[in-house]
Amino acid sequence: MEHRSHIYGVLAEFPTPHELIHAVEKTREAGYRRIEAYTPFPVEGLSEALALKRNKVPLITLIGGLTGGLGGFFFQYWVSVIAYPVNIGGRPLNSWPAFIPVTFELSVLGAALSAVFGMLALNGLPRPHHPLFNVQRFVRHATSDRFFLCIEARDPKFNLSESARFLKGLHAAHVSEVEDD
Amino acid sequence: MSTRPPYNTVNEQPVSPVLEPGHTYASVTDKISAIVLTRPTSLGWVAGFALAFTMVMVLTVSLAWLIIKGVGIWGINIPVGWGFAIVNFVWWIGIGHAGTLISAILFLLNQKWRTSINRFAEAMTLFAVACAGIFPLIHTGRPWMAYYMFPYPSTMYLWPQFRSPLIWDVFAVSTYGTVSLLFWFVGLIPDLATLRDRALKKPMQIIYGMLAMGWRGSARHWHRYQSAYLLLAGLATPLVLSVHTVVSFDFAIAIVPGWHTTIFPPYFVAGAIYSGFAMVLTIAIPLRKAYNLEDFITMHHLENMAKVMLATGLIVAYGYYFEYFMSKYSGNKFDLYLTNMRFHGPYSHFYSALILCNILAPQLLWFRKARTSIPVLFVMSLVVNLGMWLERFVIVVISLTRDFMPSAFGRYSATAWDYATFAGTIGLFVMLLFLFVRVMPAISIAEMRELVAETSEDHE
Repeated sequence: MEHRSHIYGVLAEFPTPHELIHAVEKTREAGYRRIEAYTPFPVEGLSEALALKRNKVPLITLIGGLTGGLGGFFFQYWVSVIAYPVNIGGRPLNSWPAFIPVTFELSVLGAALSAVFGMLALNGLPRPHHPLFNVQRFVRHATSDRFFLCIEARDPKFNLSESARFLKGLHAAHVSEVEDD
Repeated sequence: MSTRPPYNTVNEQPVSPVLEPGHTYASVTDKISAIVLTRPTSLGWVAGFALAFTMVMVLTVSLAWLIIKGVGIWGINIPVGWGFAIVNFVWWIGIGHAGTLISAILFLLNQKWRTSINRFAEAMTLFAVACAGIFPLIHTGRPWMAYYMFPYPSTMYLWPQFRSPLIWDVFAVSTYGTVSLLFWFVGLIPDLATLRDRALKKPMQIIYGMLAMGWRGSARHWHRYQSAYLLLAGLATPLVLSVHTVVSFDFAIAIVPGWHTTIFPPYFVAGAIYSGFAMVLTIAIPLRKAYNLEDFITMHHLENMAKVMLATGLIVAYGYYFEYFMSKYSGNKFDLYLTNMRFHGPYSHFYSALILCNILAPQLLWFRKARTSIPVLFVMSLVVNLGMWLERFVIVVISLTRDFMPSAFGRYSATAWDYATFAGTIGLFVMLLFLFVRVMPAISIAEMRELVAETSEDHE
């Protein structure tokens, strides 16, 4: 129990995505819940193996797009009808078809900005430092050619030596402790 | 795992692969990141950069002189108020479109051959938009007043005229620039993390580390990242179509003969993609040679781009034909006169050169031999770039010099400052590309790893 304060978790390294997915499934079967996989590219089937829920990025994007579009349209309406009405040959002040291009552009702008910043915020980025960066092999290989599985110390089932042995039993190429700081 | 249909059926000729065999996750990572991290700066790079930088100095001088003297240093006059500035603006913004098309539309269509060319095509988009943005700004004559075009609560209670295509343009181009930047940057995040982890020097680690924002490839992060990337692709696709549509509205909404046609939006978009693919080829061919990227940017890519060029070129040809047909069919005397002026007027040699560059020459691409010959493709890409520039010149200048009243007819010829400004933006574009290939991975490393995973599955 004394480990919990300065141990972030145990990290196992696998050479291929298939082995990682297999390990993730086994780890979840063993009852671990606070686990996370790290891969150098998005691996198909990994989200399902980790039983990740649908994420909120699409909803945030929709809200951003609607805000941009509606805000853009009614802003143009306000400018052209209320704030600065200019009568050009008796044409209607609320000439809405002419407002569509800007409305469209602002919808796309609002949606794109909220997709990107929403994704970053949900991911908790920017976060310059992370305990995993204390592991040399992780730094060298996680963004290049190896696939990692981490059982975090906050998992109720976590036990440093037990969990490390469990990961070794899954044929991990390497298992290392991750120190928290 | 292999649910996707085999795309080489027996009776088809064997297609060169999108990735040469034998690559592993580590080898693509090493090879692409080495261009940025370990490869020494070559003499060719320094020479090319110096040349481009000289041209940027030409741009700086031209802009300074313009701001001192005003737009009178250009060849514009009454009736030709638009001239080179608008020709170049439309040309540059069109070039940018292929980058978005490659990164967004081909992504949505799940085209594997997009992977190794999307990164620098997106960079090309950004730099082309930067060059394009200069022109309308300086064309206003008083660029320091350009903020008038943005809606902000001014003390004069003035607001922009939202019924004007020129204001639509401001929104379309600035949205396009922003979204292209976001799309490019989101694509770069995993690669920036790779560079951070592989950089040898401390300052590089810190710079790439800050840009990567602590990316560590967590599955939960990838999960959201993929949603965001897919959504951005879905948003960029209608956006890219809308941008050149709005640019074409600058012309089509006006009543000037030769401009006031409904074919303009689709034909401008096709022309944009046409010139954009030509520019991607112009960049890809020297890039793969200089950095030995033939394994990643294969003949398959070049041939596919040639095919897209051929297809969009035919759409453009249809547009030209329809312009001609509609003027004859409508019987409108101003339109008829303008068409006559295109064939026989003072600028008819520009029109003939345009037909030669954009319609006749690219027909060579029907032949597989031409599509797989690198010198032919390179020359063809330059020819199409020139042709698309001529197209905008023909549209802007011929129409403005021959509108309704003979008393308002005029002539236009560009001055040395016009050419210097144009050449200067080409220099800026090239310089930015040179910098880009030295500091950022020119090919998406994360997506190449995915391709390695997919192709190794295919072999199993």
